[in-house]
Amino acid sequence: MFDLDKWQEIYSTINKNKLRTFLTGFSVAWGIFMLIILLGSGYGLENGVQKEFKGDAENTLWVNQGTTSISYKGYKPGRFIEFGNKDYEQIKKVEDVEYISGNLRIWQNTTLSYKNEYGAFDIFCTHPDYGEVEKLIPVKGRFLNQLDIIECRKVTAIGNLVEKALFKGEDPIGKYIHVTGIPFKVIGVFEDPGGDRDVSRIYIPLSTGQMVFNRLNEVGTIAMTVGNASVDRSIEMAEEIRKDLAQRHHFDPADQRAVFVWNNVENYMKFMTLFANIRLFIWVIGIGTIIAGIVGVSNIMMIVVKERTKEIGIRKSMGATPGSIISLIMMESILITSFAGYLGLVLGVGLLEIVSKNLPDTDYFSKPEVNINVALGATLILIIAGAIAGFVPARKAAAVRPVVALRDE
Amino acid sequence: MIRLKNIHKSYTSGSNTLHVLKGVDLEIGKGELVSIMGSSGSGKSTLLNVLGILDNYDQGEYFLNGELIQNMNEKKAALYRNRHIGFVFQSFNLISFKNAMENVALPLYYKKVSRKKRNEKAMGYLDKLGLKEWAHHLPNELSGGQKQRLAIARALISEPSMILADEPTGALDSQTSMEMMDLFKEINNMGITVLIVTHERDIAAKTQRIIRLKDGIIESIVTNGERKKWLAEQSMA
Repeated sequence: MFDLDKWQEIYSTINKNKLRTFLTGFSVAWGIFMLIILLGSGYGLENGVQKEFKGDAENTLWVNQGTTSISYKGYKPGRFIEFGNKDYEQIKKVEDVEYISGNLRIWQNTTLSYKNEYGAFDIFCTHPDYGEVEKLIPVKGRFLNQLDIIECRKVTAIGNLVEKALFKGEDPIGKYIHVTGIPFKVIGVFEDPGGDRDVSRIYIPLSTGQMVFNRLNEVGTIAMTVGNASVDRSIEMAEEIRKDLAQRHHFDPADQRAVFVWNNVENYMKFMTLFANIRLFIWVIGIGTIIAGIVGVSNIMMIVVKERTKEIGIRKSMGATPGSIISLIMMESILITSFAGYLGLVLGVGLLEIVSKNLPDTDYFSKPEVNINVALGATLILIIAGAIAGFVPARKAAAVRPVVALRDE
Repeated sequence: MIRLKNIHKSYTSGSNTLHVLKGVDLEIGKGELVSIMGSSGSGKSTLLNVLGILDNYDQGEYFLNGELIQNMNEKKAALYRNRHIGFVFQSFNLISFKNAMENVALPLYYKKVSRKKRNEKAMGYLDKLGLKEWAHHLPNELSGGQKQRLAIARALISEPSMILADEPTGALDSQTSMEMMDLFKEINNMGITVLIVTHERDIAAKTQRIIRLKDGIIESIVTNGERKKWLAEQSMA
């Protein structure tokens, strides 16, 4: 099947018609090239968005304080809604709430210092659960715990960029840093896949923060994870929470500006569905392009068979079986398709690699790559497609009657 | 060696049926040098095709070397041709992108002979036919006579029991045609049955028997010696 002679035959026919062979192969190569580029770009988008989401857990709800925009029960609009301990307690009771934490941010005078090093960093006052919501990874020591909250301890977990800035190689665990002048003991260092901003901050227990910064009964944003709750359930939960807050704070439940709920579950789901659809779309286009290429190859093979009718007749008169004629034609077809397609594949993947390496750090687009399985799958499709493209012409060739062929002028 | 009994063959194209061979009876013995003559449309090419197992026939029986050749499938037919029959055509029918040696070696390729052996044997036959220096030339670099000799070498290489030639001198000048006939005679002397389809009297005159086809049946079979006598009688009368 793969003897040297067949290859020699195919090589000489291709050689005789370099331009024609090239043009045929080109359409297939182009189809594959386009498919790879499109797929890669789709993945690039998907990876980029996933990266944005990676900083936080996917299954989270964030309840933010806002300002009323609708007058309600005698209250004028423009009123700032401030969440308190009671809100935290109540929301905690909602079914399907997994981890929940308040997040009080300290804005003024946020200087931290250790010995002679100092700098300004964000100070977040939270419950221990916040570590789960933000997906913090403790690399040294630990994160905040319930005892810290209950005893209003002056302890802090610092981000690794804070550690770098203040401790310059020294082990921070157990040491005291001054937070706006007040000494806090460092109990842990954390990392956050979300990015530099997320690790340029420190966390202190909410109760401590309320006390030290005189923000009693303030809990700030309330963030929670919803476990395995479905998208629909998460939307339900958001509504329940809104209604509960509306009742306690006397604002219209329909007022979207009073309290703003960011539903990560819903948003994540929307993006993922979008990408699944984009990918499907790309495959459809890709397959369509490849089909066009295949038809092109098939077309050319038909012409080749017609041209070689006499030659086929001669071979048959010399003892060529129909099988050998079929394999001759099909091998040429498969060879052209596979080679051209492989070229398109290599060029496509190569281009993606170059783009990926030189890509500036943009939001929502990163690592446009095609994984190896897709590339291999595409190659396999090519070979099969080449076989299909050659099949009909090959059968036609085999059916040529030597009589007719030899009479062919 | 060849026995045809009441062979009928028709060609159908669309709604038209052309009854070409209308009952051919023929016997050709081993080692004969025979020519088949007839005007256009007489069916001689068709007869050749049937004899060469290039086409099936509708009615009758064809025995080759005692074996019945009837409704053969392509694969078996190919095998038979490869083993028993060598073809020489009017338009040479060489493969243009293969050189002389490769063209001659082609039948052996289908006999599944290894490359080295094929080429060796091909060189041998090229030598016999005086084409050794042209072994690596392409067909279009050869003259008509050389091409036909090449085709003959190709026909001989599979050591067939029979050679079928369809107007082998049709595209050659008279000098070369005569040389060609001498070549056929030589081949015949080696014991190979040779059948030549032709419409030229001079060519037919060089064969042992002349079979005349007219309107799909055998009109007459003249043994060469007799013909000369007959002509002589005619001219004298």
